[in-house]
Amino acid sequence: MSVDQNTVRHIARLARIAVTDEEVAPLAKELSSILDWVEQLGEVNTDNVEPMASVENLALPMREDVVTDGNIQDQVTKNAPGADDGFFAVPKVVE
Amino acid sequence: MTDLTKLTLAEARDKLKAKEITSSELTGAYIKEMEGARALNAYVLETADKAAEMAKASDARLQKGEGGPLEGIPLGIKDLFCTEGVRTTACSHILDGFTPTYESTVTSQLWRDGAVMLGKLNNDEFAMGSSNETSYYGAVTNPWKGKGEDKALVPGGSSGGSSAAVAARTALAATATDTGGSIRQPAAFTGTVGIKPTYGRCSRWGIVAFASSLDQAGPITRTVRDAAIMLKSMSGYDPKDSTSVDQPVPDFEKALTGDIKGLKVGIPREYRVEGMPEEIEKLWTQGIDWLKAAGAEIVDVSLPHTKYALPAYYIVAPAEASSNLARYDGVRYGLRVEGKDITDMYEKTRAAGFGAEVKRRVLIGTYVLSAGYYDAYYIKAQKIRTLIAQDFKQAYEKVDVLLTPTAPSDAFGIGEKTDDPLSMYLNDVFTVTVNLAGLPGISLPAGLSARGLPLGLQLIGRAFDEETLLRTAGVLEEAAGFNAEPDAWWRA
Repeated sequence: MSVDQNTVRHIARLARIAVTDEEVAPLAKELSSILDWVEQLGEVNTDNVEPMASVENLALPMREDVVTDGNIQDQVTKNAPGADDGFFAVPKVVE
Repeated sequence: MTDLTKLTLAEARDKLKAKEITSSELTGAYIKEMEGARALNAYVLETADKAAEMAKASDARLQKGEGGPLEGIPLGIKDLFCTEGVRTTACSHILDGFTPTYESTVTSQLWRDGAVMLGKLNNDEFAMGSSNETSYYGAVTNPWKGKGEDKALVPGGSSGGSSAAVAARTALAATATDTGGSIRQPAAFTGTVGIKPTYGRCSRWGIVAFASSLDQAGPITRTVRDAAIMLKSMSGYDPKDSTSVDQPVPDFEKALTGDIKGLKVGIPREYRVEGMPEEIEKLWTQGIDWLKAAGAEIVDVSLPHTKYALPAYYIVAPAEASSNLARYDGVRYGLRVEGKDITDMYEKTRAAGFGAEVKRRVLIGTYVLSAGYYDAYYIKAQKIRTLIAQDFKQAYEKVDVLLTPTAPSDAFGIGEKTDDPLSMYLNDVFTVTVNLAGLPGISLPAGLSARGLPLGLQLIGRAFDEETLLRTAGVLEEAAGFNAEPDAWWRA
């Protein structure tokens, strides 16, 4: 399985990372070599094996549905590159 | 004053408590060493004023006979830990200028126990790397050099700033994190001790996330006892991390009894990999002999899926990273590059803010999670993960702890592996299985290579049995008697 240049452009778009034309070919090569290497997992029979998402077999802890934090609007927006009047400021989204 | 930096953490603690030295003296000596070691690039931010202030406060407490278990001890903090009011970037351009308004749980526990912060330590960008070369702030240079060589070597990674700072005695101990070997491999490359505790032992809250099901915090220190002391302060249940485990934290230092008579130590035969240097093999055999001499029983065990751990890791970790790093979009913190619309802004910000290795992993992660590939890659890797965990479970029916080498070589040169991501990934061949299974692992210095560079041995324990791990490590440390030190070429 190899990653072609169109696939690189597609996944870069999904990942919201701009790639230049010059970057696409080397990325296709690098990603292909990594994916070719992981292909060896195909040798292992994993029929009837449960996938492991976490090493802990614990149910997520439950707590009362109450506010435990808040009223820190200034702290939340303090590091934003664009903030206005207690809100995050972004380029216009809706025409 | 340099005598002060020769003390281990345990010795310094005892002298502080006995009022033989003050934290201001100790911290002052470390600040001097830190400022004189900028050639190593181990620190990305020095906080000398804050350190002096914290030391003064510690001295006031110590004077009154008060103070916590780490009172007055100067530490370096990996830049992955959020520190309130102190810039935290994970050594990524995309977190430019980020100054947290909160403190990570682990560091807050260290300050609770009286520790002093010297500064923030360099690491691979978002902890993605095995050599500390992917940092936006540049590579860290290993304090160690090969015999008769002038070549600059890597300190390992991703916690390369932590390992270099402790090895060069510019921090008494350091925090670190480990997703695939990022505490243990740098420890091995620098002649220091590094322990990655069981997944869930330390809270991940406030630590910049890389791969959440694998990330764990732990210390890098000079001795096993120091590691036990640091780990106790760093551990504990935290309701703010849903994967933090509500278990009592043992007094790890008490586990260092030096007695391992009758302990069953497993030697996994699959770790004898092709092309392993003879000196690594020899060190491993030496380790086996040391444990035998101390009364342990050596048992041959098999972990049949070992060779599939790395490829499985390079699916699981990038997948989780691609999801975790989606938050860096130029809106809430860090870098923003303006664009013609919001999508353009996201894409330009992330293109400018992420380095090459981070981009590679985010793209791989996006690919293996994308429609049509999810089952073939991601679910497959998760199933392999189950098999790897089962391998360990079966081994632990027969043994109490496993002994392996930490890394397949001694420290390599800066720039030697940067053009070949796969050869870089292979550094983690002995450490990554431990993260996939969520087990605790420790690396300790056990000898020198032919080039005169440190080599590490790794012990792997049962989940939440760091005590056996530390006890065994203490015995190995005693037997190895590692006391070599790098020449201080970096001193300004």
